[in-house]
Amino acid sequence: MTRHRGRGMASINYPIGMNLGGDPSQALVHSNPSGKFTVALSSIDLGQGMKSVTRQICAETLGVPVEDVYVDTADSDTGPHCMGSFASRGTHRVGNAVMAAAREARGVMMEAAAEELEVNAADLETDGRGNIHVKGAPHRSISTKDVAIAAQFKQGKTISGRGIFLVPLSDVDPETGEMSPATCYAHACLVAEVEVDDETGEVAMVRMDSAYELGRALNPRLVEQQLVGGAWMGVSHALYETPEPYYPDPVHGPRDFVEYLMPGPGDICPHDIAVLERPAPDGPFGGKGPGEMCANPVLPAVANAIFNAVGVRIDDLPITPEKVLRAIKAQGGARPQARR
Amino acid sequence: MTKIPLQFRHNGRDVAIFVDGGTNLLVALRELIGDMTPKFGCGQGGCGTCSVVIDGELHLSCLTLAESVAGRSVETLDGMKQGPNLHPLQRAFADNFAAQCGYCTPGMLMAAKALLDRNPAPSRADVVEAISGNICRCTGYEPIINAILAAAGGRASA
Repeated sequence: MTRHRGRGMASINYPIGMNLGGDPSQALVHSNPSGKFTVALSSIDLGQGMKSVTRQICAETLGVPVEDVYVDTADSDTGPHCMGSFASRGTHRVGNAVMAAAREARGVMMEAAAEELEVNAADLETDGRGNIHVKGAPHRSISTKDVAIAAQFKQGKTISGRGIFLVPLSDVDPETGEMSPATCYAHACLVAEVEVDDETGEVAMVRMDSAYELGRALNPRLVEQQLVGGAWMGVSHALYETPEPYYPDPVHGPRDFVEYLMPGPGDICPHDIAVLERPAPDGPFGGKGPGEMCANPVLPAVANAIFNAVGVRIDDLPITPEKVLRAIKAQGGARPQARR
Repeated sequence: MTKIPLQFRHNGRDVAIFVDGGTNLLVALRELIGDMTPKFGCGQGGCGTCSVVIDGELHLSCLTLAESVAGRSVETLDGMKQGPNLHPLQRAFADNFAAQCGYCTPGMLMAAKALLDRNPAPSRADVVEAISGNICRCTGYEPIINAILAAAGGRASA
């Protein structure tokens, strides 16, 4: 029995959003008399952090502290329309909609503040700490709370804004089949190192190294969290998970959590990540979003690493010990490839 | 069916309920006591999110017969924070971004607490072993392991 080390690489260009119906998402922003703002969305945060990112985008655009913004998501009865949380589109599509809505709301807020301070709205600026003051004269100031109260109870204005992101629908060229499915792309490269046991066919992860270019990382800790966690979803798809291991024959499929294989804490390996920030021209504050591509490059990289280790090319997922062992036997033993 | 009277300590407080024979501890905690912190994941001991600590030992509440905790002490995540103050483990989970969707978090925290209560200075291997019965879909485990080690380190130096 020998354990063979192998290294494999994969690079991806990953589209942000898609072409379905112009890929629209809407956002509504309004202030409460407390001077706090609510963002209404139908988009869903499943833990990936969209609530945090849209909150930051709204606060930054309005010019108020992030604590003053509340994001209300995931109710398609009361929220404005959203295509959904998929296609790695949340940060970019929903973020752009929130930015547009917050910009409109900021316009009304500044007009209301101008009326209270008896100046021109163009002469006002926000300090990011909950105050609006005359440029160059910070003592001529009013809090966003007082502006909200004045708008609500005196001026009869709603400090609110509407935002939508929509791209022109790209039809398929009948001659060439060409179309434009996405407006911007994120990029990644991942190197996986594995150890393959040629007696059992088992594959163990040794380490991963990756580089991700995903526009500006609007919340670097959340980006890192996505990349760390998502890579293991990728490993899981590469090596463990399937409802039908002998597809299309449904036999021996897992029936529950105990039989459905996923990596456990003992299966993980070190993963060194480099995040490259190249702001997207059409992204909110340059953001594209890590999304699904945190899992995608892992699968081909692992398959390549297994080929590098024992010389078998498995093109059927997940790469189970049985498939590795059958392939090794079929070629008459492990054939380690050149290590680079 | 005859109900069975059952008394035990729940997060340091005596509770008395009536359960049907065969009721598991997870159902008793969630539906009869109203403590929703132990989660129902798989209901068969495969995921770990229903983990609770019984007399200092980690147990899967979905596989524990409610009657078997009579007179014993059951700790859940609900009893972890002291008043408004988060437990050091909860603080470390937040600081280390150790939760995403959060469904595994109650079980992870209880598994971690059971570990630190008996071994205040665990090695990384000890931590991995302690949470090996708990499945997490989102985090890749690394942030959870780091959070538990950070909480242990903080406690050791405090």
